[in-house]
Order: sequence, then structure tokens, then C-alpha cells
Amino acid sequence: MAYSGWRIIREALTGNAGWAPVWRDPAPRDAYDIVIIGGGGHGLATAYYLAREHGLKNIAVVEKGYIGGGNVGRNTTIVRANYFLPGNSEFYSHSLKLWEGLETELNYNVMHSQRGLINLFHSDGQRDAFARRGNAMANQGDDAVLLDREGVRAHLPYLDFDNVRFPVYGGLLHPRGGTARHDAVAWGYARGADRRGVDLIQNCEVTGIDIEGGKVTGVQTSRGGIKASKVGIVVAGRSGQVAAMAGMRLPIESHVLQAFVTEGLKPCIDHVVSFGMGHFYISQSDKGGLVFGGDLDFYASYAARGNLPMKEHVMEAAMTLMPMIGKARVLRSWGGIMDMTPDGSPIIDKTPVEGLYIDCGWCYGGFKAVPGSGFAFAHLIAQDRPHDSAARLRMDRFAKGRGLMDEEGTGAQHNLH
Amino acid sequence: MRIPCPHCGTRDLREFTYQGAALAQPEGDWSPDWDSYLHLRDNPAGETRDRWYHNPCGTWVVVTRDTVSHAVTGGIAAREAGA
Ligand SMILES: Cc1cc2nc3c(=O)[nH]c(=O)nc-3n(C[C@H](O)[C@H](O)[C@H](O)COP(=O)(O)OP(=O)(O)OC[C@H]3O[C@@H](n4cnc5c(N)ncnc54)[C@H](O)[C@@H]3O)c2cc1C
Ligand SMILES: [Zn+2]
Repeated sequence: MAYSGWRIIREALTGNAGWAPVWRDPAPRDAYDIVIIGGGGHGLATAYYLAREHGLKNIAVVEKGYIGGGNVGRNTTIVRANYFLPGNSEFYSHSLKLWEGLETELNYNVMHSQRGLINLFHSDGQRDAFARRGNAMANQGDDAVLLDREGVRAHLPYLDFDNVRFPVYGGLLHPRGGTARHDAVAWGYARGADRRGVDLIQNCEVTGIDIEGGKVTGVQTSRGGIKASKVGIVVAGRSGQVAAMAGMRLPIESHVLQAFVTEGLKPCIDHVVSFGMGHFYISQSDKGGLVFGGDLDFYASYAARGNLPMKEHVMEAAMTLMPMIGKARVLRSWGGIMDMTPDGSPIIDKTPVEGLYIDCGWCYGGFKAVPGSGFAFAHLIAQDRPHDSAARLRMDRFAKGRGLMDEEGTGAQHNLH
Repeated sequence: MRIPCPHCGTRDLREFTYQGAALAQPEGDWSPDWDSYLHLRDNPAGETRDRWYHNPCGTWVVVTRDTVSHAVTGGIAAREAGA
């Protein structure tokens, strides 16, 4: 279906009766060459690039709910490439470049807005750390500008610069950082994949993975068995459970992360602002709501909702940083299930089962990874070797202790990221 | 969530620090068991046993709870749980 201004006017005058579904709703066939488990951002992007980059046709995405009903539609939509360590650095850099061409690629408005992201610092030591991170970003070919206190004030005049505990010393500006419309990313990839012949099968839960002689042969689902010689697991917070169907235990613990949105307001926050010391970050959506969040609740959970202490903590951090926010009213809050790895970094790798691949461990940062992860996972599945951008996202790094990507420098331990 | 400390009674979540799945530490030098203990997780959706530290009194508590409903059903001192 083509979208245009004319079409919108015509539909408005004719009761919006002419809009048709943008992708098919097929029943599962008996067999595909490739089955992707999970119709979130990563699964849809994987299917899209399998068709687009590798010319593969016979592909299904099997989703237990509906397209876009998982974390891809529950996140706070920050898109950035400001990582420090090899592995993450090149991966997110590549992903951001894909973002920059995404609307043209998909011919879909994902509302990618590179409004700039500012990470604040509050001490000399933190300034040094951010200067170093900025240099690492520049080395990777991305953009970073170290702002002093007045530099931050020019962008964010509403902050409490003289807070007693956390006075603002400056910030690291990442001009290409920003936000996007999360649902549109899922829908754009879904439409693109569907148009290339991928079957998007909704309301179909994978309940088993068939393995014969160490090779994957298909999946069992709530709508019957589906044969496939290659299967990709991309189920975010549910990774542990689906991997268990193949007899695997993963280096993953599922945690809850909460987010909040206020009533719609006139434009007042133009950037993405990140206040690491308070575990707080915020941006304003195009609808006007202030979208903000904090840290994990920090206990294993599949509840997709959090507890009150973290809500209180996030509100306190908001008031500390920008007292003006006290006038806004919170409209909603929600939680999502995060697939946390011990070092806080992702995995795109083969499994011990031939033909079975896994893409998981996105923690609280997997939205910005959607294009890069789909691209790299499709490459791994199609070519049986990793794409350069994701070659270090190995599962065995924990067992070997080599190649850990512990951005926070706290140790590769589950309760620390 | 409110968590039972065997020493102090049932207390607010904020008094506790979460450590993670209550697993038995392997013996001896490095072996795959250590990888399993340190990194790999059953990660159940449902009943789980995990270790929490009660900050005011310093007791390690093994808590039985449900990761889907957040219902907490038990807590015993780690030294009695043997984990
Ligand atoms: C509150 C919150 C804020 C966040 N903020 C950001 C942010 O600002 N920036 C950022 O980069 N990231 C952010 N994230 C993280 C990001 O949303 C996730 O890392 C990412 O969306 C996960 O990948 P996905 O889109 O593929 O997951 P999902 O959309 O969760 O997709 C997984 C899919 O698998 C399906 N599935 C599960 N089990 C089965 C089964 N057995 N059979 C079939 N299908 C199954 C699920 O139904 C689901 O649709 C945030 C997350 C949350 C919760
Ligand atoms: Zn106690």
C-alpha cells in the first residue's frame, strides 16, 4: 500500500474505509528453509535482511503474540552509537549507519530523529572517563563533542546546575544520537519482509525445537510442527525458555525494566538527556509526552511490571536533575522483560546444535540494535559465518573469560549490569 | 515486594540487595561447573530460589518466589539452606 498526502485526504473524506492490512496473515506451512522464532524488532529485521541481502525466499517468522507486541513496542526508543569497547563499538556504529538509511531502505517513516544525546558528568573523574569515551567514539568514526558546563547550559538551560550532590560539570554530546518511533520500526520491517515473501505467522507459539543427530530439523508450535533446516532464536526476554527447548542453559537472567510517560506537553526537551549518576534518562516524544526511565528493578522477573521503590527512585532522580518536571503529571508506566547477560553486552552466535542460531542478550539497549542485529544475524544464518560487525558477540566469552564487553567495568556478574 | 528475613521478619524490598540464583558453589579449580555456576542460568518463569542480602542485619537469605507474579513464598537463612 502506498502512503501519500493525497491518499490521506481521500481516505479522510471517505470514512477511512480504504485502508487495507499492510502484511498478510498466513497460516504456517509444513516446511520452510528458515524459521525465525520471535517477531520482535530483531526477528523481523533478520527476516527482512535474509530476503533482501541474501536473496532467500522460503522464510517464516513465528510469533507467539502479535507483531510489535514485545519489547520493540515497549522501549523508550533511544538510538545511539556511543559505546567504548571493541565489539560493541563497531557493532553499534554499523547499526547507526543502517538507521540513517532506514527510512529510504524501507520506504517507511520510522520518525528517526537525530536530535542529539547528552550524557552528563558531575566530577573531574567522570569528565576524564567521558573524554576517553568520546575519543573511542571518534576512533570508531562516530561523533562526540565534550561540552563544558556552559556548553551544556546552552543546550539544556532547565537543568539544576548547582545541585549540591550532583553539580553539572559538563556533558558528552553525541549529535547523531536520538530517538525513533518504535512501532513504526517493527511495522516497516514487517511490511518489507512480507513484500519479499516472508511469512509472518502470528499467534503461533514455539513449544519445542526438533533436533536429530545434533542437527535442527524444525520446531513444534501451538499451530503444529514446522520443518526447517535452519532455525534462529530471537526472543529477547524469553531467550532462556526457548533455548531450554534445545537443551541449552544461557548466560542470561531476565529482569524487569520500567519506563514512564507524562501527559503531552509543549516542546521543552529537545535532546535525549542521560543522567547516569541518577540512573535517569529522558526525551520528549513527538506527541509531547516526556518519556523517561531509570535502571533495572534488579531482580529476576518475567512480570513485565515493576515495583514501587524503583518508581520512587526514578521520580527523585528526575526532580534532582530538572525540578521543572515536578509540574508534569505521569500518565502511564510499564515494564518489559530484559534478557540480561553477565557483562551487559549481546550475543549473536551459533549454538552447539547444527543449523540452530541465537541472537539474544540485548539487555536494556536492544532497540537501537534492531537494524544491526537483523543484518548480522541474517548474515550468520545465510553464510554460516559472522558478519564483521558482530564477530565479537560470542557466547563463549563468559566461559573463556576472553573478549568480555563489560562497559561499566563492574565485572561479568549477573547482578551488576 | 516484601521479603522475609529469618532474623528480622518480613521487610520492605528496599532493605535488600539482590545477588541472584541460589546455586551451590563448585569445589576445586576451574571446570565447566564454574562457568555454569557463575554465568549460566535456568532463568525460570515461575518459582525460583534466589539469594538476597538483608542490609540492616547482614543475613544472606534464600528467598522462594515467583518471577511472574512477584509472590514471595518463603525465606530461610542461606547457611541453613546450604546455598
Ligand atoms: C522499558 C524499556 C525501555 C527500553 N529502552 C530502550 C532504549 O531507549 N533504547 C534501546 O536501544 N533499547 C531499549 N530497550 C530495549 C529494547 O526494547 C529491547 O532490547 C529489544 O526490543 C529486544 O528485541 P526485540 O525487539 O526483538 O524484542 P521483542 O519485541 O520482545 O521480541 C521478541 C518476540 O519473541 C516472541 N516470543 C517469545 N517467546 C516465543 C515463543 N516461544 N514462540 C514464538 N514467539 C515467541 C515475543 O512474543 C516477542 O514478540 C528498552 C526496553 C524496555 C522494556
Ligand atoms: Zn534481617
